[in-house]
Amino acid sequence: MAHPTTAPLLEMRGIVKQFPGVRALDGVDLVVRAGEVHCLLGQNGAGKSTLIKVLAGAHGVDEGTILWQGEPVSFADPQAALATGIATIYQELDLVDGLSVADNIFLGHERARGGVARRAEMNRAARDLLATLGHSEIRPTREVGSLSAAGKQIVSMARALSRNARVIVMDEPSAVLDPDEVDGLFRVVGDLRASGTAIVYISHRLEEIRRIGDRLTVLKDGATVASDLPAKDTPTSELITVMTGRTVSSVFPRRSAPLPDGSPALSVDGLGRTGEFAGVSFDVRPGEIVGLAGLVGAGRSEIVETVYGARRATSGTVRVGGRALRNGSVDAAVRAGLGLCPEERKSQGLILDDAVYRNISLASIGRFSRFGLSTDGAERQAAHDAARSVDIRPDAPERIIRTLSGGNQQKAVLARWLLRSCKVLLLDEPTRGVDVGSRAEIYALIRQLADSGVALVIVSSDIDEVLGLSDRILVIAEGAVVHDGPSDAIDAHGVLDHILATHEHDQQEDVA
Amino acid sequence: MTSVQDPSLTVPTPRAREPRGSVGLARNLGLVIALVILCVVGVVTAGDRFASTDNLITILRLATVTGIIAVGMTFVITGGGIDLSVGALVALSSVWATTTGTQAMADDIGWVAMVFSAVLVGTVCGAINGLLVAYGRVVPFIATLAMLASARGLAEVIADRKTQIIRNQGFTDFFGAEPLGIPVIVIIFALVTMAGWFLLNRTTFGRRTFAVGGNPEAARLAGIKVQRHTAYLYTLLGTTCGIAAVMLMSRTTTGSSTHGTQLELDVIAAVVIGGTLLSGGRGTIVGTLLGVLIFMTLTNVFTLNNLSTSTQNVAKGVIIVIAVLLQQRIANRKP
Repeated sequence: MAHPTTAPLLEMRGIVKQFPGVRALDGVDLVVRAGEVHCLLGQNGAGKSTLIKVLAGAHGVDEGTILWQGEPVSFADPQAALATGIATIYQELDLVDGLSVADNIFLGHERARGGVARRAEMNRAARDLLATLGHSEIRPTREVGSLSAAGKQIVSMARALSRNARVIVMDEPSAVLDPDEVDGLFRVVGDLRASGTAIVYISHRLEEIRRIGDRLTVLKDGATVASDLPAKDTPTSELITVMTGRTVSSVFPRRSAPLPDGSPALSVDGLGRTGEFAGVSFDVRPGEIVGLAGLVGAGRSEIVETVYGARRATSGTVRVGGRALRNGSVDAAVRAGLGLCPEERKSQGLILDDAVYRNISLASIGRFSRFGLSTDGAERQAAHDAARSVDIRPDAPERIIRTLSGGNQQKAVLARWLLRSCKVLLLDEPTRGVDVGSRAEIYALIRQLADSGVALVIVSSDIDEVLGLSDRILVIAEGAVVHDGPSDAIDAHGVLDHILATHEHDQQEDVA
Repeated sequence: MTSVQDPSLTVPTPRAREPRGSVGLARNLGLVIALVILCVVGVVTAGDRFASTDNLITILRLATVTGIIAVGMTFVITGGGIDLSVGALVALSSVWATTTGTQAMADDIGWVAMVFSAVLVGTVCGAINGLLVAYGRVVPFIATLAMLASARGLAEVIADRKTQIIRNQGFTDFFGAEPLGIPVIVIIFALVTMAGWFLLNRTTFGRRTFAVGGNPEAARLAGIKVQRHTAYLYTLLGTTCGIAAVMLMSRTTTGSSTHGTQLELDVIAAVVIGGTLLSGGRGTIVGTLLGVLIFMTLTNVFTLNNLSTSTQNVAKGVIIVIAVLLQQRIANRKP
């Protein structure tokens, strides 16, 4: 519970942070009280990352004051912020994979005598911290690299506790977790709150904020535009309006005309990969959107990547327009008219330090050439047109794509396949790391693509998203299709029931 | 208390276009300035012995071997790889092309046979590197280190550690010629550099090289044949090693298993000084050319001032560090 009566633990007033050419923070106010989960909302580029870095002591401030328990403080470096009692858990966890759990927890403040590490003592302390977090199953001597994303997060939290942090800043902690793990995370967050620790929680997922948040602060264009909103009851429409500065009428655009009959554009028959999934069959007609729902690790991404030829199938066939694709060949799939927006946009989808237009034309390099000579002007023009048609902002095709927001980066990947005029588009987590405002735009683009006759397959961990976008839903559990039907005949509970039924069935078999 | 400020309905205005390539230009400008300073030092310390046409030609003649390989190396490094075997490939190519057998063949069908065998040996060895790296998934550092050892070893076996003198008059005449006062090997160096620039900047092959080096996984998922392209890059570098071997054979009129010793260091240093990122994805032929010229001019100035090669090596090391530090400064300055 929030304690509105308690004095603020941390207070930021009128924070301004200037970078060459950009005013990244332009008047941020943030008040954090002990024992609350304070959520920070805002679109990409609103200044959340900069604010986190200021809190962590990685950036100094140009104007404004930071009060810690009423006393003005300033952080010269991350050590100073930690010493004050603010620990930050970054989205890309800053753990050293090759070191043990205990070594990571005490990294930078090792317990040592005369330069000799006191390993046993650190292991004991680490065990206590992990037990406090309810995760005594993580052994302090284990190598961090062998832990799951969830396990690593727990280690990061233990590290924050080892510093006696009173405020823990968490940047999108749930982005890499599946629903079970998120539940575990929230339990830990709840315990920390009960013990009087304040959590500054950053997430794009509104439903999470509703579950664990106490109060909300909303940032837009580097400034606080709303503060002290109740996290549980502020209407979604109001939040989106505050965040984006515009009203969102309908999040999921509906199909404008009934789906025309026709032979399937993509047809997957008995596809399988040993140890990952088996017997997956489905058809997608031109203009149809098929959604793959299921838990992380159920095999959804593996299926999509195998259809695309990025993984080699051990059984089954994939046909595009009736013609079988060569197994395990991305090149053949692309030539047949398939496209993929991969799950990990930055590592699998983009050449981050290259220009926007070159990222868009990446799949079409051969098309803008004559006898192997590239015609850069034509390529740039065509890519620019594609960028405009998906409304990438800013409209600057020469810009390095790394500097764009997640939503605009995703639009560039969509533009790549638009330019290639692909017939079948596979979208793996199309809105991961995309803010709420851009999400609606991407939904509209997906709808537009379908209306133009592209067959789409969508994978998403967000069940509402899959249900809202798709015409047909395949529920995947443990590497098999457990349900296949129209999306308007099932709701989120129905999807979960199918998933859970599979798990229970398995457990019964295990017993027998 | 709830305070919601009025959310304005403004559409974000597109920011002004960023000047493209300004970073690259600044970097090349820095290299040009470095070269000019070096020339000034040369003129001041060695006077007319430095500032003469003959000396300029000497510098360029010496630059041919490193320069031609550096063009190939620019492709491999831009494509995200590295090749340590280039010096050894030069040795093997030069030895293979100057055996009694090859020279006898050259006497029968012409000196082209020697050129052909040198280029072929370089290309085949480069292709082996490429296959190992691309399809065998051996780390480039290790694959080419193994090639370094075995290629030089094979060169020693073939030559029996003896220097093989080139007796074919046609070969020495052709490559020793100086039409309009410019040595043929310098002309070849210029042609290779121009071809390299064209290939990297004006062809789909070049575009794919940047893509493969920038993010191989993204390139693969966009339908680019990353493995095949990687194999091509090492093969191309092998070919340039073969050509460079011919240049060295003409300059020394010998084939030897000691040719090109530690050449890989000079080549990689020149490419990196030229602004090609060791991590791949960015590279320029013009920068590489400037890097090679800086190195060669430096060597020349030191030699004219009678400084030992040991001193030269110290200076080279210092220059590499300074160049990389400057590169990082420039790279960090971008937003």
